[in-house]
Formats: sequence, C-alpha cells, structure tokens
Amino acid sequence: MGVEQTKTLGNGFVTTSLDKLVNWSRAKSLWPMTFGLACCAIEMMAAGAARFDLDRMGILFRASSRHADVILIAGTVTKKMMPVIRTVYEQMPEPKYVIAMGACASSGGIFDTYSVIQGIDEELPVDVYVPGCPPRPEGLLYGLMKLQEKIMKERNSFGAAIGVGEVVNEA
Amino acid sequence: MSKQVVEKLKGKFGASVLAEVEHRGETTVTVEAGEIVEICTYLRDDCGFNFLSDLCGVDYLGRTPRFEVVYNLYNISTKSRLRVKILVAEQDPRVDTVSGVWSTANWHERECWDLMGISFNNHPDLRRILLPEDWQGHPLRKDYPVQGPDREPYQGRLS
Repeated sequence: MGVEQTKTLGNGFVTTSLDKLVNWSRAKSLWPMTFGLACCAIEMMAAGAARFDLDRMGILFRASSRHADVILIAGTVTKKMMPVIRTVYEQMPEPKYVIAMGACASSGGIFDTYSVIQGIDEELPVDVYVPGCPPRPEGLLYGLMKLQEKIMKERNSFGAAIGVGEVVNEA
Repeated sequence: MSKQVVEKLKGKFGASVLAEVEHRGETTVTVEAGEIVEICTYLRDDCGFNFLSDLCGVDYLGRTPRFEVVYNLYNISTKSRLRVKILVAEQDPRVDTVSGVWSTANWHERECWDLMGISFNNHPDLRRILLPEDWQGHPLRKDYPVQGPDREPYQGRLS
C-alpha cells in the first residue's frame, strides 16, 4: 500500500500514499453540523469561540448538513427530537462521523425517563464519546482530536468510495 | 374581592358550587363538571375574569373520582385571582371544552389530554401537543411507568 518512502522529486513534488493524503485532508477539515440540544451546546459554542478556537484546527461549524462531516450530539436526545436528528444525519454526505457529547447523548444521563433516548448509540453509529456533564471545551477538543486520530487510521476509504476495492479494517 | 365573586357565583349557580376553600388569601371553588362552560362564561362576562392563566389536570390515584381539572383565573383590571376545580371520574374522563370562552384553553386542554388523558368535548383540535404523534398512553398519570412501558420498573439502586 502506497509508496515505500516519501521523497521530493525536485521542487513542487511530494510522493505519498493516497490514504495519507485523503485522511490528512479529511482529518484537518472536520466541519461539524451546528446542532445543539441542551446545555452541552453552550460548551460546544465556547469551544468554537475565541478562547478555545476550533477554527485553528480546521474545524468550522456549518449551518447546513450538506456541508458537514461530523455531527456533535450535544445534549439530551428526546424521542420527539430523534426524527429531526436522523434527517440531519441522513442529509450529511459521506464520509460522516458522530460524536456523542456529554452524559445524556452517551447514555441518557440523569434523564432515565420515558421521553429520553438512553444514548444516541441506540440510533446512530457513534465514533467518539465525550464524558462529562457537560464536558469542558478541553474535553470536546480532546474528543475531536481522538476523531482525527481515528480518521488518520482509515485504509482505502477513498478507493472504496470510487469503486476500487474495499475498506481495509485493521483493528 | 374573591369572596364577593364566590357569593355572586353561589347566587347564580347555587347548586353547582360544591365546595369553597380559602387558604392564605387564595380562593378555590369546586363546581359541578357539567356546568363548567356556563360558569366560566359567567365568570368571564360578569365577574371580569378575562384571563385564563393556567389550566391543568391532577391525578389523585386511589381516590374516587380520580382526576381533577383546575382552572386558574385572573382578573386583569382588579388584579384578583380565582381557582376553579372540577372533579373527573376515572372511567371515560371527559370534560366540556372552555376553549370557546378563553382561546388560550385550546393548547392547555391539548396538553392536559396529551399528558393526563382527560378528553375535552367539542374541542376544535384535540391532538397531542408535547409527545410524538404516535405515542401510546398518557405519561403524567401516576400509574404510568416513569421509564416507559417497555422497560423493567425501577427497583431503586441495588448497590
């Protein structure tokens, strides 16, 4: 897979593997869907604002699900809200990732009641769980960095998308 | 002020006023459920209660009759309040709507039906308002399992 070593072929040329290039570009331009559900959304906004500044990592909040790569489930997911979340998730183009932010999104949290979904992983495939009630912006940043690490480990996801081979899972 | 209103109400609907309670300056009258629309219209037109500040259902599980519907009225000009209650039986809980008296009762009665299962006759649009459209049951009833009907009931912390 890929080229044995990276070397320059004169000025302006770099050889690398397609996986590394694709994963690097995906991991460094994670655009989250602007979607807050409860108090976790306040911490999510704080993480996006000047003090913690997600923009410096290429993480820009997008107001359209068509532009988004990752959805942060930031807060309590009620059964009535679930159809909306599923619509937004299905509108996102592939590849797409899900971060369950906080105790409620991860497990239902303190809301062990009839109206609340006991963890978004009952409905969507979750990539990263961020614990906390709510997590501090540092916690969310760490979760996003974990997601970037996870993306960097993907193999042949681009090839599979254009019909060349399958995704290689190296667990 | 509320005292005079109750006397006036008794003069007009003597047999329908079942009880009257005065507690810490708050007046509550319990009235006959069948007369609620007439009584509410009278309170609005002749006693000045032009604002229905709240309408809600109460579940007294184990008591007969089981339910109550509570109307919290407010007179904006005299700044006085009156609480009107009616008793509703457990079997087929139905009350006449007062949404024709105060339009705000429309959504309050929808909420009362949605969460407590008390139905309102002649309501213009009795749909669920808070829960999803396809929900079964009425979760604010005391015999509704708090974690939902498809879960084992909570037994307390085991550790």
